[in-house]
Amino acid sequence: MDWIDILKDGVLATIGPLTAAYALSAIGLNLQFGYGGLLNFGHVAFMMVGAYGTAMTVEAGGSLWLGIVVGVLAAVVLGLILGIPTLRLRADYLAITTIAAAEVIRLLIRSSWAEPITNGVFGIQGFADAFYNLNPFQTAALYGIDPFLVTGRKLWMMVVAWILVGLATLLVWRLIRSPWGRALKAIREDEDAASSIGKDPFRFKLQVLTLGGAIGALSGILLGMEQQNVVPDAYLPQVTFILYVIVILGGAGTILGPILGAITFQFLFFTIDSFMADAQSGVGWVGDLLSPSDAAQVKLVLVGIGLMLLMVFRPQGLIGDREESLINER
Amino acid sequence: MTPNLRRITIGLVLFAALVAIAAPALGAGEAIKGRLIAVSPEGREPVAGVSMIVSQDASEIGTGVSDEDGNWVVTVPSAGVYQVALDQGTLPDGVALTDPDADELPNVVVKEGQPTTVIFRLGPGASSAVSNFGRVGSLIILGLKLGAIIALCAIGLSLVFAVTGLVNFAHGELVTLGAVLAFYFHGTPAGPQWPLAVAAVPAVALGGLFGWVQDKVIWKPLRDRRVSALAMMVVSIGLAFALRNLILIVFDGLPRAYPDWAGQPAINMLGIQIVPKHLFAIAVAVVVLVGVALFLQRTRAGTALRAVSDNKDLAESSGIDVNQIIAITWVLSGTLAALGGIIFALTETVQWDMGFKLLLLIFAAVVLGGLGTAYGAIVGSFIVGLTVELSTLVFPNELKAGVGLLLLIVMLLVRPQGILGTKDRIG
Repeated sequence: MDWIDILKDGVLATIGPLTAAYALSAIGLNLQFGYGGLLNFGHVAFMMVGAYGTAMTVEAGGSLWLGIVVGVLAAVVLGLILGIPTLRLRADYLAITTIAAAEVIRLLIRSSWAEPITNGVFGIQGFADAFYNLNPFQTAALYGIDPFLVTGRKLWMMVVAWILVGLATLLVWRLIRSPWGRALKAIREDEDAASSIGKDPFRFKLQVLTLGGAIGALSGILLGMEQQNVVPDAYLPQVTFILYVIVILGGAGTILGPILGAITFQFLFFTIDSFMADAQSGVGWVGDLLSPSDAAQVKLVLVGIGLMLLMVFRPQGLIGDREESLINER
Repeated sequence: MTPNLRRITIGLVLFAALVAIAAPALGAGEAIKGRLIAVSPEGREPVAGVSMIVSQDASEIGTGVSDEDGNWVVTVPSAGVYQVALDQGTLPDGVALTDPDADELPNVVVKEGQPTTVIFRLGPGASSAVSNFGRVGSLIILGLKLGAIIALCAIGLSLVFAVTGLVNFAHGELVTLGAVLAFYFHGTPAGPQWPLAVAAVPAVALGGLFGWVQDKVIWKPLRDRRVSALAMMVVSIGLAFALRNLILIVFDGLPRAYPDWAGQPAINMLGIQIVPKHLFAIAVAVVVLVGVALFLQRTRAGTALRAVSDNKDLAESSGIDVNQIIAITWVLSGTLAALGGIIFALTETVQWDMGFKLLLLIFAAVVLGGLGTAYGAIVGSFIVGLTVELSTLVFPNELKAGVGLLLLIVMLLVRPQGILGTKDRIG
């Protein structure tokens, strides 16, 4: 096992555009779950409609920039459709509706019924040329400090993605410090008390659901542009669960939690990945027991168990405040 | 090779592979393609041997014939507008266009460098033996069957919610677990290969045991720590995720049918096509549901269960052992879910994510009937089952799941407490 290589790949993966996109998506989810107390179990749907809204607009002849606007608007509309019927009810109803909606939207996109506009399971490719044409770096050249090198194409994506993460963090920080943010937290803590001083919980929840969804859509668009490819099966339910792990690991209801969570998770995930792959090919009994694809699924089992353990034993995550961590009945 | 050079080489190879994969989609040239599928109440059948004619300005460009899988493709010289016609004379017996006049698409736009997909809707034609009455009849049987399966699974979810306030997102995995365990006892060479009716017994028992263990190991300690419902739901989704992938590792991704019951042919009753095992599934479900109703109404434990779901504190102060009742509810939930899973797999196939797929319909049923009500869950299940199956009269088959979701959202807008629910549960 070449530890330097693994470390290098781990570091590159950790600072890469994928981590940034997940961090961005987690910022949206944290706004909903951490600050708003909303149980959105279908966050991946917002990423999906964002990416598809963009790709389909470009496919239909629109510009990429128009597509991004369409993608974000699509997420806002989705937030309204899911939020209006459910947000006046108990938290469970939103969870039920969002988890169902995410799967249904994915199935619709990949159905042959929608294939004329979504291209079904094959997805839509090569819609982000306009973005890469703006690349100030040389596409094929390598940048960085040896051995941490990335191509100009990737560097451009990384810079944009992390800037977006920074801007979104700044936005959340401003919002949470504003009267709006204080009202939002008050509603999370005690809905009745907040209503009694004239704050309408439904409006605040709907606003935070659509805003978080729009941020999620941006991250979906980033992911799509980075791969120049959107396919329905990239938006499986597991994406949402990974985002929950990221948010809770970093600290739900904290400004920097999602970023910290995404970086930590990506590094752990990558290390376990290398370790599993190594054990699978190198250690006899592990190789007998598990096929290479099994090894990948073991990781997902660990993510699920990790989410349970985190929620039970350290709900405040790395930097959260236990008092604010939604764990106990109030 | 230095490590650095090796990385670059691997990168280049990967890049080349990516280009190779992307190439057909980006630069393979213009074509018109499609897949001919006949949608009927019995399922979706690819249609082979049908001639497709592509023309432009009344001159023929090319002809394609659909293959075994119903796929056909005609390459065209350049981007532009084409006409695509289906030669109805080449359709096999019993298959026809759902709209016989729609045999030509006049304006098919082909874009540069991309294959374009066109769709012709095929189904059992008016000329075939299946009458409209027969089609609706078959769909009603299918709907009742689906409703019965959903009901078996939904009661457990609803009862657990009623006594603990937890919406268990891992309920779908209890369904899968039952089906997979029965497959082990019935259909694998490694197992004892019992007949399914025998194999179902230990599978259902283990399902109930798993419900009990789950309560003891996970949910009771969390209740004792006064963990909020919100946090418990996150825990349940983590559990669902872990279990589902664990089942995937053990069972693999391929769908498999119970050997004794696979491929049962349909029989014709009064012009309605019926698969006997569907009737069997409905019968089993009805018997079990009546049994559950009797348990809830007539036994002490059932009465206590209803008392706990109405008012936990009041029930406790009148001497009911609430934790014991919750444990019984979990056993019941696990048992019914496992049985539901076996019946579901019996009429379709065993699949690692079958429970998760069913969970959406279970949720729709439970919300429709009223979250936390046992009888509401049963009523909601049959409404969802029938609506979903009958929707295929109007919508394509693939939109079934969408119909379930639509039902859920409309119900939440119109009457969020559900058909049999009371208002104070939802706020």
